[in-house]
Amino acid sequence: MAAPPVERPAAADPSAAAPGRSAARPTREALLLVLAGLGILALAVASMFVGVSDVSLPNLLAGDETAWQVFWVSRIPRTLAVILAGTAVAVAGLIMQLMARNRFVEPSTVGTVESATLGILVVTVAAPAAPLLAKMGVASVFALLGTALFLAVLQRLPARNTLLVPLVGMMLGGVIAAVTTFFAYRYDLLQTLNNWMVGDFSGVLRGRYELLWIVAALTVAGYVAADRFTVAGMGADFTTNLGLNYKAIMRLGLTIVALISAVVVTTVGAVPFLGLVVPNMVSLAFGDNLRRAVPWTAVFGAGFVLVCDIIGRTIRYPYEVPVGMVMSVLGAAVFLVLLLRGRTIRG
Amino acid sequence: MADAPTLPTIPPAAAQRRAPRRLSPATATVLLAVAALVAIALFMTVDLKGNLGYVLPRRGVRVGAMVLVAVAVGISTLMFQTVTANRILTPSIMGFDALYVLIQTSLVFTVGASTVNTAPPALKFVAEVALMVVFSGLLYRWLFTGGARSLHLMLLVGIVLGTLFRGFSGLLQRLMEPSEFLILQDLFFASFNQVDPALLAVAAAIVGAIAVAVWRMRHTLDVLALGRDAAVNLGVNHRRAVTMVLVMCSVLVAVSTALVGPVTFFGLLVVSLGYQLCRSFSHAWLLPITILLGVVALVGGQLVLEQVFGFATALSIIIEFTGGLLFLYLLLKGSLK
Repeated sequence: MAAPPVERPAAADPSAAAPGRSAARPTREALLLVLAGLGILALAVASMFVGVSDVSLPNLLAGDETAWQVFWVSRIPRTLAVILAGTAVAVAGLIMQLMARNRFVEPSTVGTVESATLGILVVTVAAPAAPLLAKMGVASVFALLGTALFLAVLQRLPARNTLLVPLVGMMLGGVIAAVTTFFAYRYDLLQTLNNWMVGDFSGVLRGRYELLWIVAALTVAGYVAADRFTVAGMGADFTTNLGLNYKAIMRLGLTIVALISAVVVTTVGAVPFLGLVVPNMVSLAFGDNLRRAVPWTAVFGAGFVLVCDIIGRTIRYPYEVPVGMVMSVLGAAVFLVLLLRGRTIRG
Repeated sequence: MADAPTLPTIPPAAAQRRAPRRLSPATATVLLAVAALVAIALFMTVDLKGNLGYVLPRRGVRVGAMVLVAVAVGISTLMFQTVTANRILTPSIMGFDALYVLIQTSLVFTVGASTVNTAPPALKFVAEVALMVVFSGLLYRWLFTGGARSLHLMLLVGIVLGTLFRGFSGLLQRLMEPSEFLILQDLFFASFNQVDPALLAVAAAIVGAIAVAVWRMRHTLDVLALGRDAAVNLGVNHRRAVTMVLVMCSVLVAVSTALVGPVTFFGLLVVSLGYQLCRSFSHAWLLPITILLGVVALVGGQLVLEQVFGFATALSIIIEFTGGLLFLYLLLKGSLK
């Protein structure tokens, strides 16, 4: 009996009150989503033709072999990597926010990303020859532990102070990052460390990004289980009362978030604030209905990173600015706006 | 008769709150001064060999820089906390030093490295500090006077502002000509090991002047610590005093960042320790104790790291680590109350 509201948060929609519009609304929504998808596609196509090598449509049509090679080996993998990472990190941020029931958390504000970086560093020092998959595994374990630590601290905060939660998370991340920096300094790995701390798609080539498909599967898993995370965010008692296994849900969410962060950090580096900015924007535009929010979050996540990556590639043409740098400026600015906007509402 | 009972009751009440075994402020100051002198003497003399005429001045410059940073960070953090009436906000946490780096970067970015480099260092420094004062003044006046004064909001805004400033500087540095970036790099990766002797003299003059000014307004600071209403009631021009303190903080942060680069949690560490150690809330004692603690921590820490562990530049990383933990502790303690 308790199941329906859990399975369909849409029941709270005003559609029940306005039966005439209920049929039109999903179609319009779907239409918008399709349009947005087309927009992403356009951005992706644009992304494929931005770069130093001469790859243009006439070029490709003329059967220029170098152009085709660059297209297959570099441009398409890069664009795919951007879309995969953008989608996954944005959805991971949303899941994190649901579980912590706080708008201002995401993998890079709670220490997940920093823990993953520490994990990669540890495996690089201990077993430099380990294959990428093994590094990813270790990074995932560290990310899992770091996030679990944060959630454990979170449970101890008596009042769920909206601002205290990200503050504690960011500091936790800072302390972990200091440990990482110390060991990187000790083993002369500071420069390598920078590769993981600042997201950059310029190194993405065919054969070097395929592991990102893992996060696509994780994103889908996140979508399927999204409503459960909302319920889990309401607390252990509430969740159990609805007949769901609270601990299992939290474990699932934790695993998805940690794996996504670890895989993205190991393949392209950290993409700061993405998981914070996108879900908040979606929530402002479309409200908090989760079934609707997840696809929009995914679409906007991909779009946002695509735009940032294109900016990074053109702003200093022919050189590239890593997408992580563009993101940290844009993301921090949006975060500030969100914080101060909240103040005027609360005050 | 009416006064008699109230006067003696204050010391026991005050003593109850603090542990009775604490040193008196005067003893603490003397002990710390001795410790600081010993640390400096050891730093100058340990493992002394080779050409003394080369080694000693180099060590002297490094010690000088550390002492100046201890003074600048200690004073600025203490004043900042007094004015903002809390023990967790510091200028660095609020992004002051990141702002300074951003101003330096923007200056090189807009007018070019050659212009910046050929200008006399003193003039350049004054120009940077002036910009810093203007921007930080605008920014933080707006932040401190704006409606809701939630401490957590301010902390979070400060930290995110710091991230934004750092990100923006990073972006600008990427957009620069590599040759210009090389010039800047010396400034950003400055550590306690590479200090420009020419800058040291300018910095010493500025820090000295501000230290004298702060010492003269120590009683005003005591009054400001009582909070805005009490201070106004006691005849302090609150707005003017706060503005002055913020300006001085900006200058001090600029000096210390120019000397050794950003060290986010150093101020928080020494001032928290200073409050633990100092039995008095009078700035006449707090100021010297904080400064001496800073000297002991920097010179002693560097000495131990270099001589015992063989690390040269890791001190700032260790400060970040312990400072971060302390910050978390203060944050959680404050919210668990």
